Amino acid sequence: MTHAVQFSKVSRHFGAVRAVDSVDLEIRPGEFFAMLGPSGSGKTTCLRLIAGFEQPTSGHIEIFGETAEGVPPYRRNVNTVFQDYALFPHLNVRDNVAYGLMIRGVNKAERAKRAEAALALVKMPGYGDRRPGQLSGGQRQRVALARALVNEPRVLLLDEPLGALDLKLREQMQEELKSLQRALGITFVFVTHDQGEALSMADRVAVFNEGRIIQIGAPEEIYRRPRTRFVADFVGSSNVLSPALTASLGGPPKWASLRPEDVRLDPAGLNEATVVATNYLGSVTRVTLDTFGGRLSALVASTAELPVPGTRLRFSFSTSDLHLIEDEA
Amino acid sequence: MSAPGAILPGRGGAGGALSDTFWRHPKLLLFLMLTPPLLWLGIIYLGSLFALLLQSFYSIDEFSGMVNREFTFKTYGELGNPANVDIIVRTVTMAALVTVASAIVAFPIAYYAARYARGRWKAVFYLGIMLPLWSSYLVKIYAWKLILAKEGIVSWAFEKLGMTWLMEAWLALPVVGGSSLSISSTGTFLVFVYVWLPFMILPMQASLERVPSSLIEASADLGAGPGRTFRHVILPLALPGVVAGSIFTFSLTLGDYIIPQIIGSSRLFIGQAVYAHQGTAGNIPLAAAFTVVPIVIMGVYLWMARRAGAFNAL
Repeated sequence: MTHAVQFSKVSRHFGAVRAVDSVDLEIRPGEFFAMLGPSGSGKTTCLRLIAGFEQPTSGHIEIFGETAEGVPPYRRNVNTVFQDYALFPHLNVRDNVAYGLMIRGVNKAERAKRAEAALALVKMPGYGDRRPGQLSGGQRQRVALARALVNEPRVLLLDEPLGALDLKLREQMQEELKSLQRALGITFVFVTHDQGEALSMADRVAVFNEGRIIQIGAPEEIYRRPRTRFVADFVGSSNVLSPALTASLGGPPKWASLRPEDVRLDPAGLNEATVVATNYLGSVTRVTLDTFGGRLSALVASTAELPVPGTRLRFSFSTSDLHLIEDEA
Repeated sequence: MSAPGAILPGRGGAGGALSDTFWRHPKLLLFLMLTPPLLWLGIIYLGSLFALLLQSFYSIDEFSGMVNREFTFKTYGELGNPANVDIIVRTVTMAALVTVASAIVAFPIAYYAARYARGRWKAVFYLGIMLPLWSSYLVKIYAWKLILAKEGIVSWAFEKLGMTWLMEAWLALPVVGGSSLSISSTGTFLVFVYVWLPFMILPMQASLERVPSSLIEASADLGAGPGRTFRHVILPLALPGVVAGSIFTFSLTLGDYIIPQIIGSSRLFIGQAVYAHQGTAGNIPLAAAFTVVPIVIMGVYLWMARRAGAFNAL
């Protein structure tokens, strides 16, 4: 099977900085793929390598089986939604969306028609005559999306596209992006530092750190079975237990992760802890516990009676939820 | 209870009272700051411009050589003499050519400075652009006189390259030629371009600096090669800077009378005509009428630039 995007030992160095360091990566056609990592982890550079804005220092990149290195961005059937949207301020919304068609020599009437269709797709019909400066952040985002989609790219790259939106708009856009991707069947490659976004939207997630991919897998796999402490720490607010703490709680003396929702406050539990703090998060409350000299957080329903900080209580978890981390790095 | 003034401490003295007054009445501060420069501009600049305009509607009594202070269009009629039209056409053509050449030479420099130069190289750029402005205008022009003279370095270089024939062929051409570069219109043109170049580079660089690199990447991403990105994105966004620069080069060339006098053929430019009419000839009305010409041309130019959408990206 040809991959939509394939990286073989791809590196991109800027002087002494190894922005991307010997990365192997396969993105399947029609997949919603997320690149997740802290800033400076190399995820955006990987995206730029696919777009053609960066060339690899070494290694080999294929896009749908064709060699990509040395090919300029304007000869790639790949489009990008930029983090700052990068809408042309001197053109109105219609001309922005139709820019790629204009470059390809599509006639004016056809351009207007297809631009309007793309605007309708992102729920912005009739906005063609506005200027980008007259739109809100969310609207600009949609126009940027329409401008990329109108070209019917094989791969759509999204660079932190929801970063500048407020929470409600973000959640709405997440859903819309997901259903758009399903309807169009285009391969989406999505860069984000927000683990919630990556887990909720992507078919598969690659977790980046220091220029390397630490783990690739389905969201559930990444969340439930983090391969390293970094992944456990970064993906979700999982409890990362030191070997000593794991042993005290009845496991083998190894690093382990335990999800807060798997920790139960249970008067009949085996372990005892002191309540350090409670954080009300809406439907659930995070209870931070101090046990055997380590910290552990538990998520409990806010409807239950909440423990008071300073009190001692008992808790339990099932040992099958205790996930041992193979790589201690 | 805290002691009075512990949370909202007062500031005593006249200084405190004054800054509080300004804080409460921001428009008062604005008024005080703007009044002196506006008076200066209004009286000294606009006033003299108005006086000039008025003079151009007077005429000179050909017999006595005295200025006749009666309202008339006679002086403007004189502008239509073939000799005067010749001066205007020559000056405007030169200004237009100098502007276009400056824009072409300035663009790559401004583009490099705006997009690639960082840190120390940026300082080198500014120094390189500004340095010629620090030395005397006259010194630079006389230096060019030597460079372009018959025995100067340009002739020498052409001779060493065995291309004297080329220079001679060029100098043999009617309008642009002359007996040497330093007394030809070509020489005038070269020196104008040299002297006004910084005034084109700086505004261009400022406008290019404001074009985010993501826009250039977006254009490439949407399939546009470098040439089409330049035409459809960079140029439209840099246009306000190009127009600002061209206003400088165009109007400075229109008004200059020293460069054509030192370097060039003896054919007159508007500036020289103004100088001659208000000085030796004592024909102040005609000098004033000549001065109105560049003002009108610049007005028309700005109006056309606006119509063409040069300021849409502002």
